[in-house]
Amino acid sequence: MTTLSTRAAAAPPPRTRPRLRLRKEALVGWGFAGPFVAVFALVFLAPIGYALYLSLFQDRLIGGTSFVGLDNYREALTDARFWEGLTKVGLFLLVQVPVMLGIALLVALAIDSGRLYGKTFFRVSVFLPYAVPAVVASLIWGFMYGTQFGLVGNVNDALGVDLPDPLSPSLVLASIGNIVTWEFVGYNMLIFYSALKVVPRSLYEAAAIDGAGEWRVVASIKLPAIRSSLVIATIFSIIGSFQLFNEPSILQKLAPNAITSDFTPNFYTYSLSFSGQQHNYAATVAIVMGVLTAIIAYAVQLRGMRKG
Amino acid sequence: MTTTLTRTPSATTATTAKRRARRPHTPLDPRPSIPLTLVTGLVLVYTLLPLAWLLINATKDQKGLLGSFGLWFADDFNLWDNVTRTLTYDDGVFVRWLLNTLLYVAAGAGGATVLAVLGGYALAKYDFPGRKAVFAVVIGAVAVPGTALAVPTFLMFSKMGLTNTPWAVIIPSLISPFGLYLMWVFAAEAVPKELLEAARIDGSGELRTFFTIALPLLTPGTVTVLLFSMVATWNNYFLPLIMIKDPDWYPLTLGLNAWNAQAQTAGGEAVFDLIVTGSLLTIVPIVAVFLLLQRYWQSGLAAGSVKE
Repeated sequence: MTTLSTRAAAAPPPRTRPRLRLRKEALVGWGFAGPFVAVFALVFLAPIGYALYLSLFQDRLIGGTSFVGLDNYREALTDARFWEGLTKVGLFLLVQVPVMLGIALLVALAIDSGRLYGKTFFRVSVFLPYAVPAVVASLIWGFMYGTQFGLVGNVNDALGVDLPDPLSPSLVLASIGNIVTWEFVGYNMLIFYSALKVVPRSLYEAAAIDGAGEWRVVASIKLPAIRSSLVIATIFSIIGSFQLFNEPSILQKLAPNAITSDFTPNFYTYSLSFSGQQHNYAATVAIVMGVLTAIIAYAVQLRGMRKG
Repeated sequence: MTTTLTRTPSATTATTAKRRARRPHTPLDPRPSIPLTLVTGLVLVYTLLPLAWLLINATKDQKGLLGSFGLWFADDFNLWDNVTRTLTYDDGVFVRWLLNTLLYVAAGAGGATVLAVLGGYALAKYDFPGRKAVFAVVIGAVAVPGTALAVPTFLMFSKMGLTNTPWAVIIPSLISPFGLYLMWVFAAEAVPKELLEAARIDGSGELRTFFTIALPLLTPGTVTVLLFSMVATWNNYFLPLIMIKDPDWYPLTLGLNAWNAQAQTAGGEAVFDLIVTGSLLTIVPIVAVFLLLQRYWQSGLAAGSVKE
């Protein structure tokens, strides 16, 4: 650097970039981030801490609250009702998540290929159910499933057939899967489509020159390029499946025999806490569920991000 | 549409002719395809069918709901009558629920957006001690199932005397980890450090710089976060279900659920026509916002797609 100043050459070069003094920068940074962090501590960190505390105690009619160590956890891990719900959401996600993400991916690829008539209409319409509340989605589908004044009843009457009842105990899980798929297929489609949009077009040019067909371009360029989006969508969907509550909660009024109060782990936690007043045990089941979800989400991420 | 101007059939060798023929199949120069549009159209039908059902059945009275085909209109058109009855039923409780929902969305989603913008800007542009820790904890929180926190949050809030008040719904809605992440990614790209430094040289204070320089640049990201938070709070069901017992403070989602429960219990007044019309009224505002601002969704969902 050449300076026109008459200072000695040994002097440090003048700062080219004005920086805040470190202390001031720390203060200002915390000033901006502070509100979020404070509320976050109140509604995320404190409840987690409180749940951990609750899970170590038991509240009995006789003797009041007493410290029980890990007894609640022992009980949760051997609780048949908890495992039944967990198996149900496990089965649910093994079927529902691949189906939903598969449809979402195909639609995203179709829109991205530029070979659809009415591309924007497709993109907006398929995403539209994301704006519909789970309550309304469950009510609409629940009514349509109905044999009383639903579409299933209409078809039965019109064709003189006897379709299986979607709200029967054996089919209700699949019916819920369909509602969840309807709600979120467009959301996932948009995640994939957004990722496809940032793939450099020059890759397609090169592929065309090499004579690659459309399916080859999908397999060799598009899918590898959106790998991280596929992983993120899978993780979000798994977390969502484990939390399954809204749809069964609303359908329960329409199908009281098919949906029990321990239908999913979340439903079980809710029932324990608000019908049974077993807050300590409910907190324990919630923690076990949270830890399981985090472990599986993390495993999927490790597995997905590994360069194959 | 391919233009025919590029075709010079005179001097084409076999290979270039082949390449010409294939060019429409590359994503660079696509030709809309009827079969692909039809196949993808199946997903479109699946997506729009329940909404069509809702729209059609909001025009029927109870008799029409029970007696006519689900995907076609009944003999009489009762939509306006239904809307009037929905808004006036039970002393206009639906309007009260609508106002509650608007309050929760304005305070909850508005507040969540403010906190996320300030926090994301701080994480992106200031180097303060604890920055990495804040980021790691918040991203970790995304994997914690929200419903696992609900029971302990409820117990904490009831000890503070907040349950059964609007605060119990608004305060937890203020935190959107995804919104913070989105704003952080967006601010890192949209606000050049040089601009902030230039402002500092000119003697502008940090707050003034934020409001006059950063905030306008952050507008697209801010709208996206606002949209996500609005849909989330408008559609929220689990949180108010736990926190709110008093029907006067119900949001629309809980109100519809209460009507449904009433219709399904023996001795309760069956208000199926009001549930259907109420469902339609519940989604009209949010769908309108969604369609008006739909171009902002994509940038939000693209933030999740990491560039390789």
